[in-house]
Amino acid sequence: MDLTSFLTLFHSAVVFGTVILFGALGEILTEKSGNLNLGVPGIMYLGGISGLTASFIYENGNPNASGLVSALLALISAFVFSALGGLLYSFLTITLRTNQNVTGLTLTIFGGGLANFLGGMLQKFSGGVGQVKVGKAADTFGIYIKSIAGTDTSHPLYAIFGYGWLTYIAIAIAIAIFFFLGKTRTGLNLRAVGENPATADAAGINVTVYKYLGTCIGAGISGFGGLYYTMNYIGGTWANDGTIEALGWLAVALVIFATWRPINAVWGAYLFGIAYWAYLYIAGLNRHTLELFKMLPYVVTLIVLIFVSLRRKKEDQPPAHLGLPYFREDR
Amino acid sequence: MKTTDSAVQIKNPGQNQIYAIQMREITKTFGSVVANKKVMLDLKKGEILSLLGENGSGKTTLMNMLSGIYHPDEGYIFINGKEVSIQSPRDAYKYGIGMIHQHFTLVDVFTAAENVILGLNDGSKFDRKEVSRKVSEIASRYGFEIDPEKKIYEMSVSQKQTLEIIKALYRGADILILDEPTAVLTPQETDKLFAVMRNMKKDGKSIIIITHKLNEVMEISDRVAVLRKGEYIGCVDTSETSPQALTDMMVGRATTLDIDRPDPVDPEPRLVIEGLTCIDHEGVKRLDNVSFTANSGEILGIAGIAGSGQKELLEAIAGLYPVSKGTITYKPKDKSEMSLVGMDPLLIKKSGIAMSFVPEDRLGMGLVGSMGMTGNMMLRSWRKNRGFFVNRKDPNQLANQILKNLEVVTPSTEFPVRRLSGGNVQKVLVGREIASAPAVLMTAYAVRGLDINTSYTIYNLLTEQKTKGVAVIYVGEDLDVLLALCDRLIVLCGGQVSGVVDCRNITKEEVGLLMTKYRKEGASHD
Repeated sequence: MDLTSFLTLFHSAVVFGTVILFGALGEILTEKSGNLNLGVPGIMYLGGISGLTASFIYENGNPNASGLVSALLALISAFVFSALGGLLYSFLTITLRTNQNVTGLTLTIFGGGLANFLGGMLQKFSGGVGQVKVGKAADTFGIYIKSIAGTDTSHPLYAIFGYGWLTYIAIAIAIAIFFFLGKTRTGLNLRAVGENPATADAAGINVTVYKYLGTCIGAGISGFGGLYYTMNYIGGTWANDGTIEALGWLAVALVIFATWRPINAVWGAYLFGIAYWAYLYIAGLNRHTLELFKMLPYVVTLIVLIFVSLRRKKEDQPPAHLGLPYFREDR
Repeated sequence: MKTTDSAVQIKNPGQNQIYAIQMREITKTFGSVVANKKVMLDLKKGEILSLLGENGSGKTTLMNMLSGIYHPDEGYIFINGKEVSIQSPRDAYKYGIGMIHQHFTLVDVFTAAENVILGLNDGSKFDRKEVSRKVSEIASRYGFEIDPEKKIYEMSVSQKQTLEIIKALYRGADILILDEPTAVLTPQETDKLFAVMRNMKKDGKSIIIITHKLNEVMEISDRVAVLRKGEYIGCVDTSETSPQALTDMMVGRATTLDIDRPDPVDPEPRLVIEGLTCIDHEGVKRLDNVSFTANSGEILGIAGIAGSGQKELLEAIAGLYPVSKGTITYKPKDKSEMSLVGMDPLLIKKSGIAMSFVPEDRLGMGLVGSMGMTGNMMLRSWRKNRGFFVNRKDPNQLANQILKNLEVVTPSTEFPVRRLSGGNVQKVLVGREIASAPAVLMTAYAVRGLDINTSYTIYNLLTEQKTKGVAVIYVGEDLDVLLALCDRLIVLCGGQVSGVVDCRNITKEEVGLLMTKYRKEGASHD
């Protein structure tokens, strides 16, 4: 492979990777609080559809619509509705202590169903499949610094700076979560809740509040993955093809791949992107064999899991209390 | 029985500044179970108070109401003479109460320093170095040793306990509650802990120690408060009481402290172990060239500091732990021989070897918690069952028999065993294992966490098995009991046998020495 095709591959890998990076970052925060939210795909659906709907309502029939306002509405709406998904999950698992796996999977089904229902409605409003368009928001999300990156898609600078600004926000969030978890008291407390809630409780940490906030804010961040997909990846429209769900599961896999470390998630996401698009750059694949190559991200995750479990390093393990309910008087 | 004046006074203690804590008419129920019933308790400033009681007498529950884990249904708590309501652990810290739980409340993947500042937010900057410095300072003041940067999963039990105490002190605790702190310690570590407790007392701290070991009560405390079945019995000065008097208060009736030990009749080798070596998955030698013989009609004790290879030894015999080297030979009455190495429990059973195992983890390895007594009996006997549908009649009969003979307290034989008290759980387990008429009976910490009466029931059951000709292997931690119950004693130390002794002709001190024989560290601090 020459440099040019690698740079194009890298570019599509980063765009792809950012979708799952948002999903994974939110899930890392959630899982650090001890909640295994398998509703990530559903939450990404919620983020995608609510952002799109907000922009659509604002832009539809409004020729003077401002791109900035439209994008801002999409961002806020994506965060709020995804966080509401997280709130629903939190209420069920933390307050009512339902099984986390079942609740998460249900949330995935719910999110996907609701999003595709609303997506279908939007398509009906706008006249047919593929007709939904929130051009102004999508353009705003697609803004990048042309003076640095240029427009030559095979140029190295374009491969670094030629992305919509949400791409960089994702990296910023990763760094922020890294600092939050490792360097702040609140982050330490959150990790303690996920590792050993009884200990956290005895240390005077409000376990319920931490779990709720970790899960809801995590869900909000995951939701940006869906928004990034609708706005940047497919350019401000809606597709009923189930891609968001597939990417949502990849985000969950990425959390494991990154061994719950946000910085690992960044390069892991791009690596997943490269692995995902690699089939386009491998000569001689037909329709059947290319599907095999689409498995690559999952194969990589499996290999990482095997290595992590062989090394048995304590720090690489999931939060010790992940997936388990906590109730003080149960001890 | 002499009780102090304050014990008579029930309510309205007033602004009495002698007391750090006064609890009045505390009642706490869990469902239909009354854990504490109108309990009172006084802790004077700068004293060490023992809270004594059998298991299930409500000691820990009572203390958990001070640490904010539970909230009393009724009653009043006064701290330094002021009535308070402790709603959460955070409140407890606010009032200067720090509790060191029996199950450590530490986060495994955090460092010591991180665990210390957990949950604290005094608005200051999160400065690891400063925290480490303060931790070391507290440690040196009271005579602890700790490395603030060490991860918890690398620490020994005693180090973890030390850290728990430092954690409480770091948070400014003036009142320390220690829940059975010596249960996991070696005699040397216990001495060190007591020295630290005396230092803290000198420094003006008030301390409550929960325990049911009478010798420790006599050694460390100024006063003793006794609970029985959730009720307050009384409080006496340690200098004015005796172990016998305390036992009477605890159990409500005199219990003999002697264990009946008939001499073994016609002992013959039943289980011969030679050169047994086991290596765990991390490459650490858990058992190193262990050899001994378990005879029929004899109780063979296994002593040692926790983690010296006791668990691995029993599991290796039971076919649950891989054997790297050595032989385990079973010699039944008919003089034939059978090697157990490489057999799993199913194969051992199929080979007709009558071996019973009462594991340490009763509800994990021994019983299924969510099943009733009948279901748990079936775990042992379902293979005898023919046909498609299970036969519940025989197991149920057995369950009822155990319920009656061992006086198991349960609403019914279908009631989930998980919800029974520790003693009753153990009765179910031991009853089941004995019912299968074993030739070899292995027990691991059979009386851990049990009250005195249940412990004696277990001792008697084991002795009864011994007189029936069973080879009993008893892994225990209380040396007094081991020396009174067993015929011979194997002392394990770091996976090696450091001594095989005759229990009738050895002192506790000698065994204690054997327990630490191969240890490089530990004794050096004294």
